[in-house]
Amino acid sequence: MALEKGAAAPDFTLFAAPGEEVTLSGIDGPVVLIFYPADWSPVCSDELSVFTAANKLFQARGAQLLGISVDSLWSHQAFKADRKLEFPLLADFHPKGEIAQSYGVYRPNDGISERALFVIDRDRHIAWSEVSPIGVSPGADGALRAVEALT
Amino acid sequence: MSNVASLSVPVGPEDHSRGPEDAKHTLVEYGDYQCPYCGQAHFIVERLLETFSDSLRLVFRNLPLAEVHPHAEAAAEMAEALGLQGKFWEMHDTLFENQRDLSEAALLRYAENVDADVTQVHKDLADGGPRRRVEADFEGAIRSGANGTPTFFVNGVRYDGSWQYESFAEFLQAALNP
Repeated sequence: MALEKGAAAPDFTLFAAPGEEVTLSGIDGPVVLIFYPADWSPVCSDELSVFTAANKLFQARGAQLLGISVDSLWSHQAFKADRKLEFPLLADFHPKGEIAQSYGVYRPNDGISERALFVIDRDRHIAWSEVSPIGVSPGADGALRAVEALT
Repeated sequence: MSNVASLSVPVGPEDHSRGPEDAKHTLVEYGDYQCPYCGQAHFIVERLLETFSDSLRLVFRNLPLAEVHPHAEAAAEMAEALGLQGKFWEMHDTLFENQRDLSEAALLRYAENVDADVTQVHKDLADGGPRRRVEADFEGAIRSGANGTPTFFVNGVRYDGSWQYESFAEFLQAALNP
């Protein structure tokens, strides 16, 4: 069961690029955590391209986008460059899916995460979350509204 | 927990619309002129408009994904600039039929080919009206839950099914004649 509004957001430190780690609690301001099943899949590409395009709307509201999947940082690096994605992709790679599990969105039978969005407020609580059908790109409307609803 | 995405900006008189104005049903497409899928969808949408010629109209709005498609914004602005001269759809068709070259020089050539007042085009682009319209379309798309290019809304509700002709026609047939 995915963590819902009001739950504490589990902290994490993950690689975003070789030698570059991102720690949730080290980020200033709201965070939109974008769990997606896999680099390179068509639906994920659509989803992340839309978020990249929408990034300016999130930045204008002080929010940081973070993509996260069980792929390795090397896959992320190639995927990010190929699709011109402009926010960090975090490698929930080892132990595999540990962070997805802590947010309640790991699919143990498939070995991937759900397609899920979390908006995390400054106090590191979940302000909003949504799990989409695995084959449907969710769009950025819900996350944007949730970020705007933060004071 | 998942919600149904719906159009945040209702269709209005400012929209570019094709098909009968009093059509019972409206298909809104958010598209990107440099996106190859939108190029394919263009021809499918044309066929749908023929099939449902009495009951369906198309509204096109801009969702340029500038990071992946570096010419998409300029192409969208050019179509909007031509729209100010009543030539939006001529330019729209031209752009989708010539996706392989959307360079600045090509865009101007296409404008000339549809007999636009090119001096006026330059002036309107410099004034920023087309840019503001494209940006407004873009934000409306994001707020509506557009989830890729193209994204379709049938009577205001996002359509997540296949937009290949047979699937889309079948869906519309059922939606139009419940």
